[in-house]
Amino acid sequence: MSQRQVLQVFEQYQKARTQFVQTVAELATRPQNIETLQNAGVMSLLRPLLLDVVPTIQQTAVLALGRLANYNDDLAEAVVKGGILPQLVYSLVEQNRFYKKAAAFVLRAVGKHSPQLAQAIVDCGALDTLVVCLEDFDPGVREAAAWAFSYIARHNAELSQAVVDAGAVPLLVLCIQEPEIALKGIAASALSDIAKHSPELAQTVVDVGAIAHLAQMILNPDAKLKRQVLSALSQIAKHSVNMAEMVVEAEIFPVVLTCLKDKDDYVKKNASTLIREIAKHTPELSQLIVNAGGVAAVIDCIASCKGNIRLPGIMMLGYVAAHSENLAMAVIISKGVPMLSVCLSEEPEDHIKAAATWALGQIGRHTPEHARAVVVTNTLPVLLSLYMSTESSEDLQIKSKKALKNILQQCTYLPALEPLLYDAPPNILKHVVGQFSKVLLSWIFRHTSAESGQLSTTYSLNKVIILYPNS
Amino acid sequence: MATLARLQARSTSMGQQYYYRNSVVDVFRKKENDAAVKIQSWFRGCQVRAYIRHLHTVATTIQKWWRGYLGRQRYQLIVKLAYYTMKMNLYNAMAVRIQRRWRGYKIRKYCFNYYYLKEYLKAVSETNDAIRDFRIMNSCTLFRCREALEEFAEMKDREEKKADLEREEKKRDYQARKTHYLLSTKQIPGIYNSPFRKDPDPWELRLQKAKPLTHRRPKVKQTHSVSLSDWLACTSARSFPRSEILPPIDRKPCQGPFRPVAEVLEQRYRPLEPTLRVADPLDGLKEARREVQRQEWARNVNDNMFLPFSSYHKNKKYIPTLHLSSKYGSDSYGRQHFRDENPKRWICDKDFQTVLPSFDLFSKYGKLYSKAGQIV
Repeated sequence: MSQRQVLQVFEQYQKARTQFVQTVAELATRPQNIETLQNAGVMSLLRPLLLDVVPTIQQTAVLALGRLANYNDDLAEAVVKGGILPQLVYSLVEQNRFYKKAAAFVLRAVGKHSPQLAQAIVDCGALDTLVVCLEDFDPGVREAAAWAFSYIARHNAELSQAVVDAGAVPLLVLCIQEPEIALKGIAASALSDIAKHSPELAQTVVDVGAIAHLAQMILNPDAKLKRQVLSALSQIAKHSVNMAEMVVEAEIFPVVLTCLKDKDDYVKKNASTLIREIAKHTPELSQLIVNAGGVAAVIDCIASCKGNIRLPGIMMLGYVAAHSENLAMAVIISKGVPMLSVCLSEEPEDHIKAAATWALGQIGRHTPEHARAVVVTNTLPVLLSLYMSTESSEDLQIKSKKALKNILQQCTYLPALEPLLYDAPPNILKHVVGQFSKVLLSWIFRHTSAESGQLSTTYSLNKVIILYPNS
Repeated sequence: MATLARLQARSTSMGQQYYYRNSVVDVFRKKENDAAVKIQSWFRGCQVRAYIRHLHTVATTIQKWWRGYLGRQRYQLIVKLAYYTMKMNLYNAMAVRIQRRWRGYKIRKYCFNYYYLKEYLKAVSETNDAIRDFRIMNSCTLFRCREALEEFAEMKDREEKKADLEREEKKRDYQARKTHYLLSTKQIPGIYNSPFRKDPDPWELRLQKAKPLTHRRPKVKQTHSVSLSDWLACTSARSFPRSEILPPIDRKPCQGPFRPVAEVLEQRYRPLEPTLRVADPLDGLKEARREVQRQEWARNVNDNMFLPFSSYHKNKKYIPTLHLSSKYGSDSYGRQHFRDENPKRWICDKDFQTVLPSFDLFSKYGKLYSKAGQIV
């Protein structure tokens, strides 16, 4: 009898602990409770429960800790300062998969806030145990470990190097080949976060053979996975010409162009970022993209979305046109210039307008044909107004001025230059008048006999003549 | 002597006459001299002039010949120069022709192929159209990709069609639910169930399956107050499952060391006897106040506050004491409120509520085990 009573006491205590930990874990899902919990000193109460005998209490305590640390960085720092991490790391190795998942969640939640916290995680030797988790059979554990790696490696190059040194990259590539879609996506985002900091890190990712697997996953219908894969490929391709060539050799064109028609906006954005990173290195790569019909696909993609999603596409057109005049002509015949003018007039944000003006300047600066194609869509007054307006940012003003200068130095299409005669400031006006003089003088010398009368009516020679005594 | 005198008298005149005669001759001589000199000078002048004229002609001849010589020399130079210039112009023109042909040839052969560029741009625009059309990927040269792409395109098409069908179905369903009253009854055939038809319109069948739409009821906010009676009610709900038929009266009790059923049931389903502290609601004070207020409100005839009887004090202003009217006087903290409130840091937007739990001095009244000291 008394034994039963004694056991009952223990049962009650266990029930109380379970209930406490479960309620805390549930309350921690709502942000408004977390401050109360923090003030009530939940960290110091949860800490001994991590070493509890009952596994469910341990796991729920870890889960609650993870949710708390996820909320803000003060709590994450409290987790670090409370010396909880070494305990977690130590007990991670021998526990079951729920514990491992929850512990990886805590590491992720702590590591995501700042580089110092991520460094603290690395310092307590968590990376090796996370690598062990990456080799686990359960895909949930691997997913949690990969997510933790991704958040740690995101901050700076040293942390990424630490992740690579722990030997995580080959395992991440193995994770990519698994059938579970969530695992694939998170492994892809981890690779993307590792490769984005420096060319050497990208080279380590490439050496493991990640590009081929990533390229195979582009056709997967899941939108989130596509986002991650495209972002990973673009982070690899952006560093150098060799990497871009390797990415292209994985036969992503013209498959990537189908991603530009996806319904999800961020898939479109990441696909156009990838194409932009490839196009900006050399003219040959841009030529490859143009030959595959990439320019038309990007222009359609720009037409179908708004705002920041358009920005990589606009920059891609600018890079392609900047390389050579043939490529700029290819952009023109793909109907890129009306699209860019539409972007210029529609978009409210200054940085997108600046990108569009830069792209137009790159297209129009090669030969008079190109300048004519740009100017025919009535873009010069728009550019001028952007340059003159006081509301546009400094970057926008500089870019529009440069674009205006570049286009004007090649433009011989006089009807489009006319409106500029009336409003332009002197530094732009001198280019306009210079162009007029170039065209008109040759006309005058050729047609001194009869047609100069016709010339002056069509091209408002009067205005030019009036300007001459004034300048 | 007379002659002397005459002579002397004539001497002067003789002298004069002598002078006069000489002078006349002199004058005449002078005249002649002058005339001779004039003639001679005139003649000399003619001589000299003739000589100078001669010299002039000679000099002119010399100069004429010399100038002719110089001019012929210059003319030869000019001719040489003009010839040379004509030759050079011809050579230049010919060189320009050669260079023009050569430059055109060189650029066309080695540097820039205009027709190739045109072809290239045409090919690019065709590829663009193909990409834009997406179903006819003719210029895609990668076979494996093309198959995968076609599969992908088909899958996308299928998904789109499915989504469209689902949307159509939902719309039709909603229409059917809205117009459910068009269903045919026993007496009156509906508009979709014309008696002249062999079988009813498919819309009729859809109407039969549709559930009519209900009015949206205003959502009643349920207060989450858990009171004690609910707990009691739930215990009685989970009580012993009572069947409709009562057990027979003379049923023999089961053999064995069982306790009597009634006792067991009584013990099992003994009702909760909460202590006073538990049974009181937490905000009992507030409720009691409200109850008192309600009773007073029901009792009162007039809601206005009492006014003083005399109007002597009506317009008197209240003069507070020195203690209260100084600005260094009483602080409201410590007298009116006793806590520092900071509403911005509240998690929910309610303040603390005053709770006066009752004490359980009398909770065990009449419930102690022993019955000692109880009034019979």
